[in-house]
Amino acid sequence: MNWLIAVIQTSLFAALAPLLAGWIKWCKCRLQNRKAPSLFQPYRDLIKLTNKQPVVAEQASWLFTIAPYIVFSATVLAASIVPLIAVDLPTSASADVIVMVGFFAFARFFLALAGLDIGTAFGGMGSSREMTISSLAEPAMLMAIFTLTMTASTTNLSVAISHVLNDGLVLRPSFVFALFALIIVAIAETGRVPVDNPATHLELTMIHEAMILEYSGRHLALIEWASQLKLMLYGVLIANIFFPWGIAETFSAKALGYGLLAIFGKLTVLAILLAVSETLLAKMRLFRVQEYLGFAYLLGVLGLLSYIILEASR
Amino acid sequence: MIIVLAYCAVLLSLASGFVALLMNQRSILLKFSRSWFKKYPPGDAQYARLINSNLKERRFSHLLRLAVFALLGLSGLFAILAGISVLISKEIITDQIGLGLPWLSWHVRFDSLSGFFFLIVGIAVGAVGFYGPGYVHAYAEKQHPFAALGLFTGLFVSGMLLVLLADDAFFFMIAWELMSVASYFLVAFQHENPANRRAAFLYLLMAEVGALAIILSFGVLASFTDGFTFDALREAKLSTTWASIAFALALLGFGMKAGIVPVHVWLPEAHPVAPSHISALMSGVMLKIALYGLIRFCFDLLAEVLWQWGVVLLIAGTVSALGGILYALMQTNLKRLLAYSSVENIGIIFMVMGLTMIFMANGQPQLAALGFLAALLHAFNHALFKNLLFLGAGIIQHQTHELNIDMMGGLIKRMPQTSMLFLIGCMSISGLPLFNGFVSEWLSFQTALQVDVLDNGVLRSLIPVAAAALALTAALASACFVKVFGMMFLGRSRSRNSDKAHEVKDKGMLAGPGLLAGLCFLFGIFPGVIISLINDVAAQLLGQALPNDSALGWLWLAPVSAEHASYSPPLVLIGALIAVGISVWYLQRNPATVMRRAEPWDCGFGGLTPRMQYNCNAFSMPIRRIFAKVWIIDEQIDKDMQGAMNQNTAAIRYQLQVQDHSWPRLYQPIEHGVNKLAKLVGRIQTGNIRVYLGYSFVTLIIMLWVIS
Repeated sequence: MNWLIAVIQTSLFAALAPLLAGWIKWCKCRLQNRKAPSLFQPYRDLIKLTNKQPVVAEQASWLFTIAPYIVFSATVLAASIVPLIAVDLPTSASADVIVMVGFFAFARFFLALAGLDIGTAFGGMGSSREMTISSLAEPAMLMAIFTLTMTASTTNLSVAISHVLNDGLVLRPSFVFALFALIIVAIAETGRVPVDNPATHLELTMIHEAMILEYSGRHLALIEWASQLKLMLYGVLIANIFFPWGIAETFSAKALGYGLLAIFGKLTVLAILLAVSETLLAKMRLFRVQEYLGFAYLLGVLGLLSYIILEASR
Repeated sequence: MIIVLAYCAVLLSLASGFVALLMNQRSILLKFSRSWFKKYPPGDAQYARLINSNLKERRFSHLLRLAVFALLGLSGLFAILAGISVLISKEIITDQIGLGLPWLSWHVRFDSLSGFFFLIVGIAVGAVGFYGPGYVHAYAEKQHPFAALGLFTGLFVSGMLLVLLADDAFFFMIAWELMSVASYFLVAFQHENPANRRAAFLYLLMAEVGALAIILSFGVLASFTDGFTFDALREAKLSTTWASIAFALALLGFGMKAGIVPVHVWLPEAHPVAPSHISALMSGVMLKIALYGLIRFCFDLLAEVLWQWGVVLLIAGTVSALGGILYALMQTNLKRLLAYSSVENIGIIFMVMGLTMIFMANGQPQLAALGFLAALLHAFNHALFKNLLFLGAGIIQHQTHELNIDMMGGLIKRMPQTSMLFLIGCMSISGLPLFNGFVSEWLSFQTALQVDVLDNGVLRSLIPVAAAALALTAALASACFVKVFGMMFLGRSRSRNSDKAHEVKDKGMLAGPGLLAGLCFLFGIFPGVIISLINDVAAQLLGQALPNDSALGWLWLAPVSAEHASYSPPLVLIGALIAVGISVWYLQRNPATVMRRAEPWDCGFGGLTPRMQYNCNAFSMPIRRIFAKVWIIDEQIDKDMQGAMNQNTAAIRYQLQVQDHSWPRLYQPIEHGVNKLAKLVGRIQTGNIRVYLGYSFVTLIIMLWVIS
């Protein structure tokens, strides 16, 4: 039963990710006084791409063609760890939050290699920038997450979320720091403004897009889907770690239904916030990203320290 | 029985060294066999002919090479057997060999800790046994005699094994010196190049300074007890100050061998110039022997550890880990890069050892055991993948005659098997899930996260910062090895040499790294096997092991408690296979979407050349800019301008030199100091015979005065 719920939840994750992307786009368009595409446009794009013939660069090796599958699978596995509508998943036990960060690293490793595989300047540029940004973002993210895991004294996400849930509404300074750190990292890791612009096609400013420039057809579909999943995953992490209320603690139909509704509501709000911030902010220069991420890192460390100094039971 | 296995390993490695000496003695052998056959004419003439034909020049040297490496491989096998059997039996075996000083025969002790390191040495040496014959084949016999290489390899390996067996300070130092000096000759093997001689000298110098520090640290212990056996040293009752002095000396000595920043400088010099299988052994195994020495000294010989030492180790480890990987990122020479990456990994190990000490001194033996587990597991894993990468680098060098990463590219198509092995190495060292590097990293994080059991405020805030540095290190390592694999194997080839390269023909050269790659994956999926072995080491050495390392069953890793953290690589692997399977099946079912090949996007200008690809320095440029203070960067751009008012750039030259801070900051002042001192001393040497006679006279008078 537990495993069934875990599988269903992971499928839900994968199925809903394009919807979230569509919703963010819709909000952004409305905020910028543009006519918005349908909420389901990302689904149509994905279906269109899967039915197209993929074109692969001449000098690309086998690594280039298997990378999308690896990237997608790693992201789905990461998603399977994160509690979406219910806690106490068996998947959360088989891989904890450090493994989740490891899956992201896995996906990124292959994506960056694929960027280098085609032997063009764009691919190299994208890979180099992606690896730089992520090597700053990953520790910041771990710091934010460690704050949580030390509070709950577990790295198991399900257990940690139940712990926060059972503690009730306590204002923890460490959580405030960690929340902000995680938001900053999420924006950087999912390639949103102000770090990267998912809509850009100007070569010199691209990061993520430059890496996947040569992908087409089903390969592109997988990568796009994976990045939508990643966006949703960060959203769910922020929503369920810091505002876990509503998530199902038992596996009854009612609780699960409430859990689904709750995460819908939380993600809707988060997406609106993201759209507003993307509308208000401009993309920053590449070499200011380190200050931005350094700030996140600092917040993460501050969160950890404030937990240790202020909150720990001794 | 078990000790016999260990002795066999040592003797076989020595034998391999001495058999190699026969390389130049073919004529003597020939004479010997002729006289032998004359005296005892064999019944079977074919047999004699076979022996005689095997003594023919080319065949002889080929067979001899095989024999030498087969002996070395056997020695590795025996070391593995000895290590595993002592780990399983949990015995402590002691013995004495009647060599050495008249009043101090060599004491031997073979316990779990030695056994575990025997295992590490054994696996690495076994892999080298497969790899060696094909690799050394390329050396020209005149310039690089195989006899020297084989002899010193055998001595080097036996030296390492003897260090692990030693149970008295005297024997320990002899074995240690055997290891150091033999490896010096191996580093100096290609001595026609002055840079190699310089590297070898630097290595010898630092090895000897380190050995001096180790002798002094033993001396401190010995002065509080009588005798040099480790049993006697264990009884030494030291005051805190003296214990700290002994610890500092040991840290300096063993740290110099292990390559801790700032005494790491010999690593990036010596590793690239040694033959690849030797650098694999040096980096993968010898550094671990230094780690063994430190563990033996701190956790076994010294009665108790202080938390301040843990802090020192933690800081030194953190600096080494971060510094090592940042320097590695800037390298373009593959083996130099790998050497710096060893500094990083040793840093991680030291960091976790530091945590172990801190927990130990704070009365948390169970957490100390966890840290110990993480540190030793990482040492084991690092031995596997660093060996794999060095052997892979050897194959690349063998096939392309290049070590400069910027001169490679596109090798994945020309060397498919090597590239696969190298990819596994890169994934393991980057700490990606499903591979062994991740498991030890995961355990290290779990150790660091236990900080809230401590009372000391400084420690409570220091350890999270170290954990943060560890996270940064891991992420940078991943960037570094994306660079390595991407530049070497992917893209288009950047030089003619790499364009003409092809897969290595010798199967043994692939079998050695293949074995290591298989182990990297195996221990990534089933880390429980090796963890339970290390747990026994912890139980014997620290007196405390992790109780419920298999509370959830053998598929699970739950070091503290199932509630706290758990990781099940086999389940993750199954999940990954299912996910990949579904996506591949779903997307490839449509026959209309068969892949098509086309030119890559070139902005419509056409004519993409390999020179337009990103290279090493371009790839690491953002990181170089962000962490600019870490290196001494000398970047020069020369432009040739021409045309009206010098507006057009005709040619452009770019030069980049990235240097280690430790040279000008630490070593050059020392060098200046030594030179100055030498000049001062030189002043009394006037070269005038009368002055020297005067010195003798004054000395005599003073001596007489002292005696009377």
